[in-house]
Amino acid sequence: MQQTKSKYNIIIIVVLISIFCMYNVVIYTSKECAAPIKLTTKALEGQKIWQNNNCWSCHQIYGLGGYLGPDLTNVFSNPNKGENYIKAFLNSGVKSMPKFNFSEAEKEALVAFLQQIDSTGYYPNKEAIIKPNGWVEILYKDEK
Amino acid sequence: MKNKTALLFLIAALYVLILGTLFGLLASLQYSLPDFLKELIPLNKMRPLHTTTVISWIILSATGSIYFYISKVEHLSLFSFKLQKVHLGIFMLTGIAIYVSLVFGKMEGREYLAFTPILTIPILLGWFLFGINYFKTIRKHVVNWPIYFWMWGTGIVFIIYHLCEAYLWLIPSFRTHFIKDTIVQWKSYGSFVGSWNMLVYGIAIYVMSKIKNDVSLARGKKVFFFYFLGLSNLMLGWAHHTYFVPTLPWIRYLSYGVSMTEWILLIHIIYSWKKSLTKKEKQDNSMAYKFLMAADFWVFINLIIALLISIPAINLFTHGTHITVAHSMGTTIGINTSILLASLFFIVSKVKGEVIMFQKLKKVYYVFNSSLLVFFSVLLFAGAKKANWMFFEKNTSFSMMQDSLYLTYIAFFVFGLVLATSITILAITLLKVLHKAYKKEATSTL
Repeated sequence: MQQTKSKYNIIIIVVLISIFCMYNVVIYTSKECAAPIKLTTKALEGQKIWQNNNCWSCHQIYGLGGYLGPDLTNVFSNPNKGENYIKAFLNSGVKSMPKFNFSEAEKEALVAFLQQIDSTGYYPNKEAIIKPNGWVEILYKDEK
Repeated sequence: MKNKTALLFLIAALYVLILGTLFGLLASLQYSLPDFLKELIPLNKMRPLHTTTVISWIILSATGSIYFYISKVEHLSLFSFKLQKVHLGIFMLTGIAIYVSLVFGKMEGREYLAFTPILTIPILLGWFLFGINYFKTIRKHVVNWPIYFWMWGTGIVFIIYHLCEAYLWLIPSFRTHFIKDTIVQWKSYGSFVGSWNMLVYGIAIYVMSKIKNDVSLARGKKVFFFYFLGLSNLMLGWAHHTYFVPTLPWIRYLSYGVSMTEWILLIHIIYSWKKSLTKKEKQDNSMAYKFLMAADFWVFINLIIALLISIPAINLFTHGTHITVAHSMGTTIGINTSILLASLFFIVSKVKGEVIMFQKLKKVYYVFNSSLLVFFSVLLFAGAKKANWMFFEKNTSFSMMQDSLYLTYIAFFVFGLVLATSITILAITLLKVLHKAYKKEATSTL
């Protein structure tokens, strides 16, 4: 009797793990969105600088990251900010931001990274449509 | 049966807990005093130090508790005591290497795993050794596994998987596709937390069944039903972290459907147990019992928050605000730490041969819970203000919004300090007993 119970448990786990494997394969191999954007070599260099300096400790991208600094998803396309604003901030050491000593090439790479992130979508998604069932239709960048 | 190594895991866990709260305090100070020591202890170093250390507390205390239960409460002969020692040695040496990596700025990793990626290899090796030791021991000695054995086994396997998954970004085809990379990154984090919850909740059920002296509590059909529901949630219910990352809608739909049922699982089990406890049993293991009751309270509070923020229409406003932090603090401190402290008080009662009475630490217990409640509420308030700023304030800069939260951040630090003090007192109380027990085992010839 006890062995039958264990057998059932193992069968359920095998079924769940099989679903999990298929789900993972789909997530890992499918296109992430309708029009995927591939990071350029320069943007990848910027991503490396972002990681090496733990920029996510204070800043967010799509609301994911730290809370001491602002979200930077759309800082590049913000009419009041943009490329020069980003570069000026990087080595300024204002308020809680540590004073970095990025070279011009490093600043360019970080800007390229932020520019490509900006092209993927909006955050916060202020034009999202809230449905009565609690669902939210988000606005994709290529829809505008 | 002697098992000094299990005690060393627990002793290390408590020191790490004290250190983690200290790092957390220093990090929180930067919100109210942004210029204070920012070059010496910048947040980009303090935050990974804090998160890595508190995750280590959860992992070490859960692992040490499981080793202790198997060898000293269940009296099962471990498959290999040598492997257990190697496991501890690997974790300790890797821990030191991680601190060196973080302090000297060798941080090529990502959020929550900021240290240099190569250090994940020994961590994975440690988990493999734990897995081998665990499964070989349990398979040999136990038939008809109670739920906690399933949960611990599941936790070990899925931690290994999701730890590997968190490094898929090292493969160029993931790294170059930013959206997919972000999705997979947060999938791994969400499920990694689900995996350690399997270890921690398994411990909660174990301690409950021992206090009640009734293993049937961990064998019923209902318990297994909830376990499978929790497992499905671990596998598929992570995407509420990324509702607003512009990925394919089906990933988000699926997550909405399976979200947060795991909380219902634990609250149901704890309530069923509490109902059936007799007065006499309540007086046994009193600190362990009280901390399980505290976890019960925090499960209830976090269940409400979790269910609300898993609704996309609410998540739209709360995501990226301190409300998410409140939820994560409520779960890691209120639920995980309370359960793990309950486990440690239960273990201490076993090694000491007598229960630490609630009366002795009553004030500290109430300070712990009440300061956490205020700390949690302060974060909810800060989150509500930030959400309002994000969506409804057009002419206020980020800096102005942060300045308007000055007093909130002061309260965040002050109540964090009170909370850290209570945690330190509890940790020192437990450490005293564990150190004595370790010395006794070291000098014992049996």
